Amino acid sequence: MIWAAFLALLSHWRHRPLQLVTLIIGITLATALWSGVQAINAEARASYARAASILDQNGLPQLLPKNGDTIPMAVYAKLRRAGWSVSPVIEGDYRFGPFRVRLIGIEPLTMPIENRIFAPSDSSELVDFISKKGLLVVSPATAARLKDVAGMPLKIYEDIPDDAAFTDIGAADRLLNRKGSLSRIVMATGQRPDLPALETVAPELISQSADDRPDMARLTDSFHLNLTAFGFLAFVVGLFIVYSATGLSFQQRRATFRTLRSLGVSLQSMTAMLLVEIMLFALISGVLGVLIGYFLASALLPGVAATLRGLYGASVPGSLSFRPEWWLAGMAMALAGTALSSFQSLWRVRRMPILAAAQPRAWAGMSAITLRLQALAGAILFGISVFLAFAGSGLASGFGVLGALLLASAFLLPAFLSRSLRFAEGRSSDALAVWFWADTRLQLPGLSLALMALLLSLAVNIGVGTMVSSFRLTFLGWLDQRLVAELYVTARDEAEAARLREWLPKHSDAVLPIWSVEGNVLGDRLQIFGVADHPTYRDHWPLLNGLPDVWNRVAQGDGALVNEQLWRVKGVQPGQTISLSDGWTVTVVGIYSDYGNPKGQAIVGLDALVQHYPNLAKLRYGIRIDPALAPDLKLQILREFGLPESNVIDQASLKRQSQAVFEQTFAVTGALNVLTLAVAGFAMFASLLTLSGIRLPQLAPVWAMGVRRRDLALLEIARTLALWCATFIAAIPVGLALAWVLLAIVNVEAFGWRLPMMIFPADWLWLGAVAFVASVLSVLLPVMRLATVNPADLLRVFANER
Amino acid sequence: MNVRYAAYAFIALWGLVLGAAGVGAQGFAGLGSDAHGFAVPQRGLVLSFPRDHGPHPDFRIEWWYVTANLQAADGRRLGAQWTLFRSALVPGEGQGWADPQIWIGHAAVTTADSHYVAERLGRGGVGQAGVVADPFEAWIDDWQMDANRPADGDVLDRVELRAQAQDFGYHLTLAAKGHLILQGDRGYSVKSSMGQASYYYSQPFYEVRGTVSIGGAPVAVTGRAWLDREWSSQPLASNQTGWDWFSLHLASGEKIMAFRLRDTGGAFTSANWISADGKTTPMASGDVVLEPLRKASAGGREVPVAWRVKIPSRGLDITTRPLNDNAWMATSTPYWEGPIFFEGTTSGEGYLEMTGY
Repeated sequence: MIWAAFLALLSHWRHRPLQLVTLIIGITLATALWSGVQAINAEARASYARAASILDQNGLPQLLPKNGDTIPMAVYAKLRRAGWSVSPVIEGDYRFGPFRVRLIGIEPLTMPIENRIFAPSDSSELVDFISKKGLLVVSPATAARLKDVAGMPLKIYEDIPDDAAFTDIGAADRLLNRKGSLSRIVMATGQRPDLPALETVAPELISQSADDRPDMARLTDSFHLNLTAFGFLAFVVGLFIVYSATGLSFQQRRATFRTLRSLGVSLQSMTAMLLVEIMLFALISGVLGVLIGYFLASALLPGVAATLRGLYGASVPGSLSFRPEWWLAGMAMALAGTALSSFQSLWRVRRMPILAAAQPRAWAGMSAITLRLQALAGAILFGISVFLAFAGSGLASGFGVLGALLLASAFLLPAFLSRSLRFAEGRSSDALAVWFWADTRLQLPGLSLALMALLLSLAVNIGVGTMVSSFRLTFLGWLDQRLVAELYVTARDEAEAARLREWLPKHSDAVLPIWSVEGNVLGDRLQIFGVADHPTYRDHWPLLNGLPDVWNRVAQGDGALVNEQLWRVKGVQPGQTISLSDGWTVTVVGIYSDYGNPKGQAIVGLDALVQHYPNLAKLRYGIRIDPALAPDLKLQILREFGLPESNVIDQASLKRQSQAVFEQTFAVTGALNVLTLAVAGFAMFASLLTLSGIRLPQLAPVWAMGVRRRDLALLEIARTLALWCATFIAAIPVGLALAWVLLAIVNVEAFGWRLPMMIFPADWLWLGAVAFVASVLSVLLPVMRLATVNPADLLRVFANER
Repeated sequence: MNVRYAAYAFIALWGLVLGAAGVGAQGFAGLGSDAHGFAVPQRGLVLSFPRDHGPHPDFRIEWWYVTANLQAADGRRLGAQWTLFRSALVPGEGQGWADPQIWIGHAAVTTADSHYVAERLGRGGVGQAGVVADPFEAWIDDWQMDANRPADGDVLDRVELRAQAQDFGYHLTLAAKGHLILQGDRGYSVKSSMGQASYYYSQPFYEVRGTVSIGGAPVAVTGRAWLDREWSSQPLASNQTGWDWFSLHLASGEKIMAFRLRDTGGAFTSANWISADGKTTPMASGDVVLEPLRKASAGGREVPVAWRVKIPSRGLDITTRPLNDNAWMATSTPYWEGPIFFEGTTSGEGYLEMTGY
């Protein structure tokens, strides 16, 4: 009996295959977008964690220098001779031909067992590792790149992140020219209890505990939060589809429900059957969704990886591995989302009187009170959003503003549309037009969810589009200011740098050293650059504000410039003094914009920097020359010094490279944008399809009064377009508000810099066109049905029990 | 004469890799007979002190090796070992991390029922480990062997020995009651019938006092110690698989160093009789008989822990027994090394070392 009843319920789908497809696609899309984004995030996070545990040995406590960026070899010996079980590391970036890798020099004899990254399979391998010839242990991808340029033997080890190479500390010392000084010291767990304290043995070091999260994860948090927000938005939009599809299927089966109940199926078992049915669909679509999500993520990941590499220097593999955690998360989201969006329909079935009329009705009949309540909720949310925008702080609050703003606008939309329609109705005199507006208003409740979804995706499109374009424009202008030198040259070692310093002045207008060290400033390790006293900086450097006489004070060595990030995050003000290392304090004399850099930075006079860090690497130079002569000079340098091409970069290609990084970022954003819009379009389609099925009783009288089916169909199209249009207009201010929140709040909180907002109406037109096409597509099928509906069906409306 | 030929230092590198599985016979044989640019010991070269107490980086392997037979106030017997090995990847020295020398420290304390072992590894050139001839200092991490040179006499006449690990440690003061002993032919010690040899000298006349702590509880001890110094580049012939080595303190004040190098065909045996006043008499290979009597399981292997030692020309016939059957050195290259006692035509104590099992 139960089985027969279940089959009877299922038979509905055989008659309505399109509805089934809608439902399945709805859940699938929602799950796919959600799990796709999650997959990308999971992959990136896993790769940070792996990189941190392998590259930084962050499973172990570490000792770092308090000042400066290196630890003298003697400090290491002192620690060992005091009984500390520690192991030294020398690391740094090194160029093998055109390829830059992070070189990590470890000492295999003292490296704690729990952190041996690779296990040499025989003695000769360990001897090879230590021996003078050296050995680079790298990932397969890195090995392929370095094959011809490394100049030393390579050993492939799967677990090592790309673009990193492990080598013996001796080899790293030689290649990086460190003269024995160490980057950091790794501590073994379980030190002897009787050891002398660190403060006594090596007061110049500070210890960092093992559980610190990987820096990279912290740095890229905001990026992943963005992705998650996108994924969630898409998921919510997908749920709208599921909501309308299940609602429709329940409506249309009211007769079946009544019959089954009359035949003795208990309410309990019928609810159970419906639940099983919906969960079955959720399960199937969930699996499909996770699979599609996987492919989606695979398609997007190379772009994301390129962005992360460019923006943060984070190495994330371009390929995806199938992780059980997002399988589970994806399935859970599919099941929970489906349950949530079909809850209302199930609830109705439970409360339906056993002998209630079986006729379908507009299921989401919404009273004026509901509309008012929604509007009220929208207004409150809007208030919260405004409050958070001005009173809140932190990235979470920024996203709070975003979320509240979007929800508020969604809630306010039906009221806005209802008002607009009433207004249009009042302006119409023709009877058919009045009917048209009134009928549209009647449909509003049924369409409002889909329209909300549409509003959200349009607003997000406008908002993100505005942000991207503002960013691009500002960034390009800033690059022009910042990249003034015609050529940038990087020497391979100090000897070559010395020769360059000798040679370059005779062949160019000016040579500007670009030297930097890593120092502890205000509790963080950040870069300190030294700049020469030259008009290049005085005339071009993009200052946001500064004291009078900025450049003179920088040149004298008692003034420093800090970037916008340091200014905003640490509250450093011009006129304030900060300490750059032990016993070196400078006055902050200005703030400069430093887009694209997630960290703080400071600029001081070159002489002052060299005086305090006499051993800094003096490898990079900017060269001023008549731009027309630059290409010749580049060739000359390449010939004269035998430098690889990548070590001499001209301004144009540097700008191109910098731009490429940002283009990548926004390509990913763009792809997600298009996807959300597609989902919104599909939600609209599902809603219209639902409505078209139950609207015959409303259309039949109009048809009976002489309006042709073709005209009715045209009116349907016009109605849809009108609603789309109104929603689109509503989306513009919401989108602009969104862009403002992104630029002025989220960006500042996440990256530490604020961008001026610029408006690009032409982009909206393009978006409007896309939306128009989508609307026409979504209404096409229902309208074709209406245009070809059998007149007998229309007649039956009057003949039937209703 | 002390046949630590295996150049633990170098083997330890192998052992690092091969881990607890240890090194089989092939591993020792693999130590190689050609010297790859390393210096080779020459017969007739006169050793000079204090210079030769220091390292010889042109040779492949070298060690500073102390074993001590100790006794607590309550009569409990103990043994202590302190060893620093040097192993060169290539001959010579280098600046900082470019130094090709590897240093390995082994420390052990043996009691009747326990055997404690620790190991330290480090690179030369950076100050973590090394040896300086005068004033003498040998160290790896906080393990040290420092000389406290008296006004006259040898640099190594007074030595402070320290080692500390998680669960044991010791601080011993060694005072020499006799002069240095040159093994073999004035310090040139032949190790196979094919001519492999090393430079080898000893100080077998140390008297010891100090403290051994086990699990944090210090125990005052006194006793006798034996220092071996040896360096070479080609310690084993290709067919030699391991060795059994004895240092014996006789009741008469005389000392015996005896060893047997096992090879695929049989064994190369050698011994040196040291009189109480330090005169040495090398024994002919046929005049020394080393015969295993009892095997015991140590470190998962069957090791002969009791021996019969016969030197007919001197009327010596003794049987040895270990303080602890299980004196297994579970270091990167595992071996057996522990204090022994002997009875027979004379009695006394000493140390036994066995490798390649």
